[in-house]
Amino acid sequence: MRQTGKWLGLGYYILLLVFLQLPILLLIAFSFNDSVLLVFPLKGFTLQWYRELLQATELINAAKNSLIIGLVSSVAATVLGSAAAIAIARYNFPGREFFLNIATLPLVIPYVVLAVALLLMFQALNVELSLTTIMIGHTIINMPYVMLIVAARLSGFANNLEEAAMDLGATYWGTLMRVTLPISMPALVAAFLSSFTMSFDEFSLSFFLAGTQNTLPVYLYSQLRFPSRLPLAVTTAAVVIMVSVVILLFSEWLRRIGTGKPSRD
Amino acid sequence: MENKRRLFTLITPPSVFLLLFFMVPLVIMALYAFKSSSFGPLFPLSLNAFNNFFSNPSYFVLLLNSSQLALLTAVLSIVLAYPVSYYLVFYTGSRRVILLTLLILPAWISYLLRVLAWKVILGSEGLLNQVLMSLGLIQDGSPILLYSQAAVLITLVYVWIPFAALPIFAAMERIDPRLHEAAADLGASPSVTFWRVTFPLTMPGVASAFFFVFIPTLGEWVTPTLVGGVSGIMYGNLIQDQFGRALNWPLGALMSMVLLVLVGMFSYVFNRFIPITEVPVSS
Repeated sequence: MRQTGKWLGLGYYILLLVFLQLPILLLIAFSFNDSVLLVFPLKGFTLQWYRELLQATELINAAKNSLIIGLVSSVAATVLGSAAAIAIARYNFPGREFFLNIATLPLVIPYVVLAVALLLMFQALNVELSLTTIMIGHTIINMPYVMLIVAARLSGFANNLEEAAMDLGATYWGTLMRVTLPISMPALVAAFLSSFTMSFDEFSLSFFLAGTQNTLPVYLYSQLRFPSRLPLAVTTAAVVIMVSVVILLFSEWLRRIGTGKPSRD
Repeated sequence: MENKRRLFTLITPPSVFLLLFFMVPLVIMALYAFKSSSFGPLFPLSLNAFNNFFSNPSYFVLLLNSSQLALLTAVLSIVLAYPVSYYLVFYTGSRRVILLTLLILPAWISYLLRVLAWKVILGSEGLLNQVLMSLGLIQDGSPILLYSQAAVLITLVYVWIPFAALPIFAAMERIDPRLHEAAADLGASPSVTFWRVTFPLTMPGVASAFFFVFIPTLGEWVTPTLVGGVSGIMYGNLIQDQFGRALNWPLGALMSMVLLVLVGMFSYVFNRFIPITEVPVSS
């Protein structure tokens, strides 16, 4: 009975794995395909698209913008979200429940609604759309994630250590910098990384809030309308995919040497 | 006193940011719904957008349609993700994390790119059509799936399976294996154990999976644009249209408000039963 279950489970796992990975592998295969048309059978091996990628200044510029937006908005979200996390995890104050409700609201709002609201406000105030307006949008959607991740970590240990530090003469802010934040470091790094990934991939807010400067997803989207540009879009996809996988493997490796043993959690 | 000042210092920056860039924009959006035209002054207030919206049943039909599609997407993603989580947690021992990582790897890849992959697969000379043709099931290379609601559903389910698997996997990992032993000792068959012990304990994971798939799907407009075509459009496309081609910002603002109210009611009811945002105080 248990044996049958095991084989059935394995079969299903492999089926689902193929279903999830095949489309990605397909994109990578087409990026090496010697044809403008994305159809089977594959024509032959070429690096032409990769060469063209290096010359696509607009695309490289968009990637640079995405990188800048990702970094700035993740730092902002991490700082603001952590401050909120310390407040809600360490203080019981009137309005705490209300604050928590408002601060987690961006988690459940469809991005298109938030995008429209921000767009209308910037328009009403005559603020020109730019990379900054996108950063603001991304900071708002990432703040609640940071807050929940860091608050969960802070709730995991009692504040004895902080009290001990202050009994020994550390100031409150000194304690925060030298005890609270270092203990929360894994959560802070995780929060920062997940914010960055989210920002780098985010499309809907960027689409509404972009001025003359594009982000990478917005640029790619604009290219999808022209069939002749599809190979380049697919090649960009392939590069982003391969870089993501390398980063993922690298961070996993860092985690392993960090803990000194293969991790199980 | 000292404590109050510290709390104030901590809570003020995030609160001000939320107020300026979250609450105020939503209020401005609500006001925009009362404007008479996209540009020009707010006053005098007008009910043009409301008249337009409420006299057009096709908007409601689309909203209902999109809700159904979001519901179906959430249910299908969970149904597909549940057995695989079960297998990983209860059958693969210590290798389960690496196997899970392998499975949800695509979730790290840009959402837009994953949708693009499906556009390629479902296209008229894409993978699916070629397989069907070689099996003799269809004759010509017509894009049977691309630009339909089915294409939107397949693509969305594909996009969301990894996100549905994660909370379910986490909920299963928390189950104490001794509970299964106890159930078996008391004479429960495997299926009874599953339905009376395992399944109820995984409900919080299933619920949060449902929540985090259903809500974003309800506001979806990118996937329908890329693979759905005219017959596959969703309510989100309607909103986006008001800021693009149709250029009717008051109507777009109203449509967004309607979606926001709907999502708000849903989250409120949902949060009553399964609190997803509870954080204990430890001071």
